[in-house]
Amino acid sequence: MRYSCSLHTAVLTLAACVAASAQGRTYQLGSTPSAEEIKGRDIAISPDGRELPPGSGTAKEGAAIFAQKCAACHGPNGSGGGVTRGIVPLGNAKPVKIPFSLVPYATTVWDFINRAMPQSKPGSLSADEVYAATAYVLYRNDIVKETDVLDAKSLPTVRMPNRDNFVPAEPGWKPGEKRPFGYYP
Amino acid sequence: MASHSHSDRRRWFLKCGALVSFVMGFVRSVRGQTPAREGLLKDNLAYGQPSPFDNTIRRSLGQATVATDTALTTPLQDLDGIITPSGLHFLMDHVKGVPDIDPKEHRLLIHGMVDRPLTYTMDELKRLPSVSRIYFLECNANNRPLRGPNGESVQLVHGRTSCSEWTGVLLSVLLNECGVQKEASWIVAEGSDSNKYTMSIPLAKAMDDILVVYAQNGEPVRPQQGYPLRLVVPGWEAIRSVKWLSRIKVVDQPYMAWHESGNNADTIPSGKGLWYRFELGPNSVITRPSGGQRLPGRGFYEITGLAWTGGGAVTKVEVSIDGGRSYKVAALQQPVHRYAHTRFRFPWTWNGEEVVLQSRCTDERGEVQPTIAEAAKNLGVSLDYFYQADHFNGIQPWKVNRDGSIQNALFL
Repeated sequence: MRYSCSLHTAVLTLAACVAASAQGRTYQLGSTPSAEEIKGRDIAISPDGRELPPGSGTAKEGAAIFAQKCAACHGPNGSGGGVTRGIVPLGNAKPVKIPFSLVPYATTVWDFINRAMPQSKPGSLSADEVYAATAYVLYRNDIVKETDVLDAKSLPTVRMPNRDNFVPAEPGWKPGEKRPFGYYP
Repeated sequence: MASHSHSDRRRWFLKCGALVSFVMGFVRSVRGQTPAREGLLKDNLAYGQPSPFDNTIRRSLGQATVATDTALTTPLQDLDGIITPSGLHFLMDHVKGVPDIDPKEHRLLIHGMVDRPLTYTMDELKRLPSVSRIYFLECNANNRPLRGPNGESVQLVHGRTSCSEWTGVLLSVLLNECGVQKEASWIVAEGSDSNKYTMSIPLAKAMDDILVVYAQNGEPVRPQQGYPLRLVVPGWEAIRSVKWLSRIKVVDQPYMAWHESGNNADTIPSGKGLWYRFELGPNSVITRPSGGQRLPGRGFYEITGLAWTGGGAVTKVEVSIDGGRSYKVAALQQPVHRYAHTRFRFPWTWNGEEVVLQSRCTDERGEVQPTIAEAAKNLGVSLDYFYQADHFNGIQPWKVNRDGSIQNALFL
């Protein structure tokens, strides 16, 4: 999906290049990246998952990957590093940081594991491994079943428990507008 | 006000720095890419260092958000004017180490919903029309009361705001070169650190005043601040100002990356989470006299401090010497820059009695810095909510005791 999208952009770009350079670019600096370069770097995953690569994994497969590549920091079965603190209700008057509970989309989990894990060698996991590790983390937090297959299609449909539990600091406030007194968070 | 141990520590830092420079210089010469500068850095003539008698240094919070974070705070109590020296800029490292980037190899890719994706080298970026602007950067977790071992000093509580003159290219210039398509509404900015730190920013802000920066206070941006290239997003929580910037994708929705969703949201008693808050509120703090310092005796002291706001320009700072019962207007250092630290000064004679000093900021929109009680009332939370909450901008009271000692009076 990601490849065809980037390729499409690149083809359009090439086609438009002659005409476009005349009207848009004021300074004529910078060079046109190849489709391969864009594809290789286009790793940020949107909530709808349009950039997700082919591949798949289950929590069952993820358990083995976790033991091999994640447990050194996160502890056996995820006990040591926040992975299995669980999803908790958000409301509390003395907030403790509950990062994982505040994740709105499963794509966020996939994205961060893909780009930043394992800490000793970020970006070294294959797409299948990332799907499996994501499935394992979600399974350990009772969000998917052990045998659920996560892939580019199914991952964006996973519903994180607190997805709808976010509000802007002051509902309706937009950047640049004056806020009511005291509503600066 | 400073101890000898700080002085010793500074000398130790300097020695270590010289050693590291020497070793790195050696390693690089083996690789055949010796920046001449590195061999000279141990020399105080190649790059001037502060006096060995001076103790103006950053301090670790000792209580990072995550155990592996590196958190260093700016010594606001020891600084004057509005510019933070680059080496004293606060640091909040979410990316597990500062990357070592060769600017000759560095590229900025802009793609996504644009007519012409483009890749820029550093040399090309420096050929484009440049601007220099003075902006503060403040961590969204700054000002947490009790931050640090005892929350006793302005450095530990407020030291995650710094202000620099930034030079670079307006992001709007680059985006216009690429031709933003009309369905686009956000950008996703990404660094080239080991985590490829990612942030979503509304396109309207990107087209307004965001800078793509290569210089800080007249010299190349320091590695800890994003060398060779970073974003500076004026007035917004500094987590948006992506360091080591290497990619911008123009998109039509926020991407909810880890550091902008799970890791930087708060909760409120209603059971809801707060996120995407962007702008920082009006804020100020007296930096001298301040917590942890000691007045040697009664007599004249200039009260001075900093004010800043995500709303634009600071228009008024008031100082109270009676714990907020009455306020008088302080003098503002001119010119006042929008989205910059603003220095205020207020003459004061201490009569030797117990007093509580505090300051209050008003900005160009008429927004006013609240007390912690006012902030708590509006959110419907108890005062200690703000121990962990982000975006706290409450008025900071400092209590001067009869013996001249000064303590954080937020919860007294």
